[in-house]
Amino acid sequence: MPYSEKQIKELEHIAKRIRYRIVQMISCAGSGHPGGSLSAADLVTALFFTSLRFDPKRPDWPDRDRFHMSKGHCCPLWYAVLAEAGYFPIDGLKSLRKLGSCFQGHPDRRTPGVEVPSGSLGQGLSVALGMSLAAKIDKKDYRVYCLLGDGEIQEGNIWEAAMASAHYACDNLCAILDYNGFQIDGRIKEVMSLEPLVDKWRAFGWHTIDIDGHNMQEILAAYDEAKTIKHKPAIIIAKTIKGKGVSFMENIVDFHGRAPTKEETEIALRELKD
Amino acid sequence: MLKMELLYQRDVYGKALVELGKTNPDIVVLDADLSSSTRTKMFAKSYPERFFNFGVAEQNMMAAAAGLASCKKTVFVSTFAVFATGRAWDQVRTSVVYPQFNVKIVATHSGVTVGPDGATHQALEDIALMRVLPNMTVVVPCDGPETYDAVLASVKHQGPFYIRLGRDKVPTLENKGEFTLGKADKLCDGSDVTIIACGLMVNTACQAIKSKELERVSCRLLNMHTVKPIDKEAIICAAKETKAIVTLEEHSVIGGLASAVDEVVSENCPRRVIRLGIKDKFGQSGEPQELLKEYNLSEADIISAVKRALA
Repeated sequence: MPYSEKQIKELEHIAKRIRYRIVQMISCAGSGHPGGSLSAADLVTALFFTSLRFDPKRPDWPDRDRFHMSKGHCCPLWYAVLAEAGYFPIDGLKSLRKLGSCFQGHPDRRTPGVEVPSGSLGQGLSVALGMSLAAKIDKKDYRVYCLLGDGEIQEGNIWEAAMASAHYACDNLCAILDYNGFQIDGRIKEVMSLEPLVDKWRAFGWHTIDIDGHNMQEILAAYDEAKTIKHKPAIIIAKTIKGKGVSFMENIVDFHGRAPTKEETEIALRELKD
Repeated sequence: MLKMELLYQRDVYGKALVELGKTNPDIVVLDADLSSSTRTKMFAKSYPERFFNFGVAEQNMMAAAAGLASCKKTVFVSTFAVFATGRAWDQVRTSVVYPQFNVKIVATHSGVTVGPDGATHQALEDIALMRVLPNMTVVVPCDGPETYDAVLASVKHQGPFYIRLGRDKVPTLENKGEFTLGKADKLCDGSDVTIIACGLMVNTACQAIKSKELERVSCRLLNMHTVKPIDKEAIICAAKETKAIVTLEEHSVIGGLASAVDEVVSENCPRRVIRLGIKDKFGQSGEPQELLKEYNLSEADIISAVKRALA
């Protein structure tokens, strides 16, 4: 095992803190999307605090790795991670979704660390592809990561980007699919099934890495493996649990897009407390 | 008149890109399987490492342009106007214009003069679709040289930019002033009627004004190459100093130049505005000149509109 127990514990610890802030933030805002923010929390935490090359003091550093959250509705996760990473004080997160806030309901460039807006689903992989092509032109070695939602990949634009990323052999591009199995209207397999998912991405010319998206050891290994892939893009297909970490939110579609009540918030925060 | 030079605006565009590419290494060009038609192929030949063909996938191309622009590239994106503005509108809105990226959408094959390809390929709504986006700049050049000026202006301008070009060759206007972004070019002055035109209709307006039928009418002609931000001052002057305004565009009368002029006139100095353009219809197959006649955009139609305006 390449990562020590201590490192894993530390990451799990951060992820729990991130989840705590997600719930707090959405509860304070009175609206937002907890389910998918919680399901992807381990994936994004692991990326930011091991693999990703960045400097919060220089958000414009040309050699930084790029991270783009294509499933923009899960921005509470992004904001919490950026705060943890030192881009801005944690205190500001309370203003999520409020008038004049730099933490919009869906992400935009007001937030330090956010490069491109998202929220209209299906565009982010193309954005990441553009970043990847820019690296090639400039002969830079930065990597580009893009977090996708599972419902999101029903968008045709995703598959256009999938095709082009393989065509241009974007081996500096790594997509992360948060495969929690739910979308607003219900279970993915009932609304619009995606399977066989691994086969689809392979057929589009991608290297696929199938993991448990809550197992830190597997997540870290996946990011390492993706870095070794040459001449093709890689996708980490991470099986996750929607609402992960809060007992009454797990696998409950209702929490895709609603804030917890005051009572629910209390219970959730108790569960996520250190 | 017969000596007027005929140019494809897209030829001028292609050459301008090659010229810009030489001195500006940050220029990147994208196309969606129409690089022969849009002439971005010229750039592709000169700078293959900075050209990307996206195949028939405009949405991907537009959002990828945003990604490139976020890495400080100046990105030219070309395809036919229907696809650039219609097919990929949400990508233009959310990924390109909202973050104010340096993406220059240069769309060709606009208007009914696309000709035989028919309605599906004739963009009559693109100015409206681009104009409605906050902070978007919209330029409709009238001829070859103005296309060159517009492309250069787009590079100097920080932010998203839309340039509307046609398919057919267009005559080069001889008496144009210097191109200034956001400033109407007054091609002739007059006190009875002001014609405000853009694109290839500017030339038709010139012909109409020179015709025998309008000999006794004092016409002002404004080449409104920049539809957004529109030259309010020139429009308000026209509304104050002449008795009526005729707008003229190869585009729907809804949402394009006519609407832009109406908005200024009705808020600042109410005056009669007659709108010549496509009257809430789709196009159809035909030869360009036939189609212009069919949709009431001929010299004769302008003459009769001017007369109506004064009646």
